[in-house]
Amino acid sequence: MSYSNKVIDHYEHPRNVGALNKDDPSVGTGMVGAPACGDVMKLQIKVSDSGIIEDAKFKTYGCGSAIASSSLVTEWLKGKNLDEAQMIKNSQIAEELELPPVKIHCSVLAEDAIKAAVANYRSKH
Amino acid sequence: MSLKLPIYLDNSATTKIDPRVLEKMMPFLTEEFGNPASRSHSFGWTTDKAVEHAREQVANAVGADSKEIIWTSGATESINLALKGAANFYQDKGRHLITVKTEHKATLDTMRELERIGFEVTYLTPETNGLIDLSKLASAIRADTIIISVMYVNNEIGVIQDIKAIGSLCREKNIIFHVDAAQAIGKIDFSLENLQVDLMSFSAHKCYGPKGIGALYVRRRPRIRLLAQIHGGGHERGFRSGTLPTHQIVGMGEAFAIAKAEINKELPQIKKLRDKLLTGLQSIEEIYINGDMEHRVPHNLNVSFNYVEGESLIMAIKDIAVSSGSACTSASLEPSYVLRAIGRNDELAHSSIRFSLSRFTTEEEIDYTVKLLNEKVAKLRDLSPLWEMFKDGIDVSSYEWQEHGERDIILHN
Repeated sequence: MSYSNKVIDHYEHPRNVGALNKDDPSVGTGMVGAPACGDVMKLQIKVSDSGIIEDAKFKTYGCGSAIASSSLVTEWLKGKNLDEAQMIKNSQIAEELELPPVKIHCSVLAEDAIKAAVANYRSKH
Repeated sequence: MSLKLPIYLDNSATTKIDPRVLEKMMPFLTEEFGNPASRSHSFGWTTDKAVEHAREQVANAVGADSKEIIWTSGATESINLALKGAANFYQDKGRHLITVKTEHKATLDTMRELERIGFEVTYLTPETNGLIDLSKLASAIRADTIIISVMYVNNEIGVIQDIKAIGSLCREKNIIFHVDAAQAIGKIDFSLENLQVDLMSFSAHKCYGPKGIGALYVRRRPRIRLLAQIHGGGHERGFRSGTLPTHQIVGMGEAFAIAKAEINKELPQIKKLRDKLLTGLQSIEEIYINGDMEHRVPHNLNVSFNYVEGESLIMAIKDIAVSSGSACTSASLEPSYVLRAIGRNDELAHSSIRFSLSRFTTEEEIDYTVKLLNEKVAKLRDLSPLWEMFKDGIDVSSYEWQEHGERDIILHN
């Protein structure tokens, strides 16, 4: 499997790795995927009072493309409001990272993680 | 000596040709180009002599008579010829065959093909250490069982099956016994004189010989009959037609001769390195060794690193060349069927790494590998939500994961 330079860059220098306090009301947590399928993404967003995502953190169990996809979306999420965040599509992620067809599911999972994190935040408000 | 990267630890996939083997092969790619089947001139006589010498070398290495060795293109072809050839020849006696779920695909797919044309196959599940329970094999035998096929050494987990005991059982029940010995040469010092094996498949490139050449042992006493699968000029006494590739055959003969001559020197040396690797990895938390450690060739170590995904681990350790049981490297989402068959869950199967050593592996390479694995597993665990859950005392296996049924549909859009 050969990866694009962008995937390798995110994989070797992942952005925003870590965890936020999931019990904090300003934090939304999304965990998607399953270990049995070879990938699990945990994505967390911290939303300001004015509804802007001011921080995003992730942890991912998965292949290089899964790690890169989640690393990339944490960069994209910062500064967006929740509606904008939900506009991020897997195809944009796949295009940016030049994912091969067999790795498209990694970008789908990243999109699912955003939706799950936003839904979790909204369920608290 | 400076360390050359990447380090090759994927010798169960294939080995480097031994320079001594290559040296023997070279003349047959240049001056000695004759067709061994040419009877009318010295070009053919020379290569025929070389082919027969190599046949002796292979026969001698496995304790057989040279008349019992048939050249093929590799172990896959040998297995196909053995199973299809014997099943077709003996089908009037019965149409049932037995094999094991952890066999190589060459065996499993050949069995599937035999099922398609009307044979019945039982696929035994091995024990969790990868070994077959002989009593379970015995109870799978039926009155119409004609062939049992078991591999000597497993390619993924390196475990050694009790071929002697299975052979006795087969002989007692008058069942043909085929053994896939692709991974056994140079790793086990055996002789077919002491084993009741009827058919045995070999490959050259797993033991420092060239790719594209293999052999099938066909016992003469008691005589085993086969229906040929490749027809043509009647080479190899009609068992396998096709012009013999002299250079490949010479290489295989030499590789087998060296394997036989040096096995007793080589095994302790490789075991020492494998044990060093094992000890070095054991300092990492939550690792699982796949397959029995006692009945195992010293060349193999298969380890699952829990809470780390296999392909990302391979990517992290790209300075060493190894194989993974992860499915992420293939288009399917299924992890290693061998690890699944020995009862490993999907997560452990996904996070498995097979290290396979060779006669060329050095201590320096093992030291480097140990250090690299320790560093990279720690790094990936820092990144792993599963490791975080484990450290928080959450049982990852009983957590309710959302299954993503829709993902497959999106995948194909």
